[in-house]
Amino acid sequence: MRWRLEPRPAASWQLQLLAAAAALLLTLLISVLLFAALGYHPLEALHVYLVAPVASWYGLGELGVKAVPLLLCGLGLMFCFRAGVWNIGAEGQLVVGAALGSALAVSISPEAGPGWIIPLLLLGMLGGALWACGPALLKTRFGVNEIFSSLMLTYVAILLLSALVHGPLRDPDGNNFPHSRPMQDGIILPLILDNTRLHLGFVLALVLAGVALLVHLRHRLGFGVRLLGLAPRAASYAGFDAKRLTWGVLLASGALAGLAGIIEVIGPIGRLNTSVSPGYGFTAIIVAFLGRLHPVGVMIASFIIALSYLGGELAQIMLKIPHAVTGVFQGVLLFTLLGCDFSVRYRLRRLPPEPA
Amino acid sequence: MSKHGLYGQELKDIKLKVPAGKIVGIAGVAGNGQAELGSVLAGEVQVADASLLLDGQPAGHLSQAERRKLGLRFVPEERHGHGAVSELPLWENACLTALDEHDVVVSGMLRKARAQELAAQVIERFDVRAEGVQAPAASLSGGNLQKFIVGRELLRAPRQLVVMQPTWGVDVGAAMMIHQALLDMAAQGAAVLLVSQDLDELLLVADEIAVLEGGVLGAPAPASELTAAALGLQMGAAPGPEDALAA
Repeated sequence: MRWRLEPRPAASWQLQLLAAAAALLLTLLISVLLFAALGYHPLEALHVYLVAPVASWYGLGELGVKAVPLLLCGLGLMFCFRAGVWNIGAEGQLVVGAALGSALAVSISPEAGPGWIIPLLLLGMLGGALWACGPALLKTRFGVNEIFSSLMLTYVAILLLSALVHGPLRDPDGNNFPHSRPMQDGIILPLILDNTRLHLGFVLALVLAGVALLVHLRHRLGFGVRLLGLAPRAASYAGFDAKRLTWGVLLASGALAGLAGIIEVIGPIGRLNTSVSPGYGFTAIIVAFLGRLHPVGVMIASFIIALSYLGGELAQIMLKIPHAVTGVFQGVLLFTLLGCDFSVRYRLRRLPPEPA
Repeated sequence: MSKHGLYGQELKDIKLKVPAGKIVGIAGVAGNGQAELGSVLAGEVQVADASLLLDGQPAGHLSQAERRKLGLRFVPEERHGHGAVSELPLWENACLTALDEHDVVVSGMLRKARAQELAAQVIERFDVRAEGVQAPAASLSGGNLQKFIVGRELLRAPRQLVVMQPTWGVDVGAAMMIHQALLDMAAQGAAVLLVSQDLDELLLVADEIAVLEGGVLGAPAPASELTAAALGLQMGAAPGPEDALAA
């Protein structure tokens, strides 16, 4: 018996949404099996994982807090991936943005006020964009694959962060712990909802998602990004310069990741430490794909993935389920998503047996 | 103009003048420099400024979009992925070569209503069979998509028009329509360059025909003095593949 994989005609957006929904369902199913295999009551575990974290106002606020960095990174990556630029170094860009912003924050007066917030956010963006210059330069000038350069620079960034918080940025009163001194009260992002930790960064992220939506659907540059990914020759025919667009998407996604980093520092964490990001930059890759590389989808996906972070923590506390389950959930989700996308794009066809 | 080995065939000292109001045809078997000539003329590849004149203006260094502003329109050989983007709806495909028009892009934003109007105009004027302006380019037959692409460029009343293999894989009805549209353009004073492998097509619409062979362009001759057999002989002098490699 012979089989052949055949591409299907262009997958409609409905089918793409269906693939994402199917991947989520499959992931839940696999999680249930996993919980059962680990000896937990599956439904109870699922409740703790998915419902309990958002069963309170505070929990909902936490969902928003977790979604902010994922949304910001995911938006930037969405444009990269649309353009066919595979930036997988958002984690490094986030870290450098956090570090550069923090460097300014610790060197200004302890009485610094909210007037410093905007310069700090801009500096975070600058840091992220700066880190994205590496892959952009290497790709456009020497044709170096951005997957490698962006990933490897991430490790450099993480080591750089480590060096900074062990060295120049270390809190002098911190008993040698590797973190910076706490951010001044004046420059901490204001909270926007009582009894939660939801901060102004959430509003900023939503506004940027709106801007991304406009750019994606209607702006000349968003059109160019889509053209470049779909048909590079058509993009050049339309008057777009592939190299400039490549620079553009990398700088923009770097800036957004850097913004996410500094928001964490002057938002929920309140200082720079080595765990400023529990892998937001990497997880944002899943966010971008689960969100179907569309700003609205990325927004929804960032909440779903944020929930998996919260659920993982809660499951650890309440059921003693290892925290690694979060990573398993996210990994399985990416896996099933790729599988579902593949089956949307291709079909398996049985061929008649070869004549003897 | 000379020396451009973009896809493996170098162009050698191409000299050609396309007068306004005339259709000049370029015959030849594909792979003899047609794709390279097309890229150079369209602006996908830039050359020395003075080696390409549009209406007497040096244009060799100009990009594709800048040449469009001067009135040069280009219909690429590849429909999917060059002349149009299969996945995108017709109205976005109508924008492809209209991004510099002030009413299509207003302060950076694509005006969907205007673009849809443009697409509808092309569909109506060139009898494109499509399910509306929202239909993706992939849903059109080869002939209808080609009519859409040619129509999109002709709608702008170009001063110069470069058309690559316009009726390749296109049904007879669409081919006739495209031929008539090219003749109309020339009648309105445009300089039309038609690159084609189809000798009947060239003899039908071109005023003059030159043969491109191994990157060398022969002298143009009036189409009325040529026959398919005579053209075929000129093309038949093609060197074998080993000669082409050596060149």
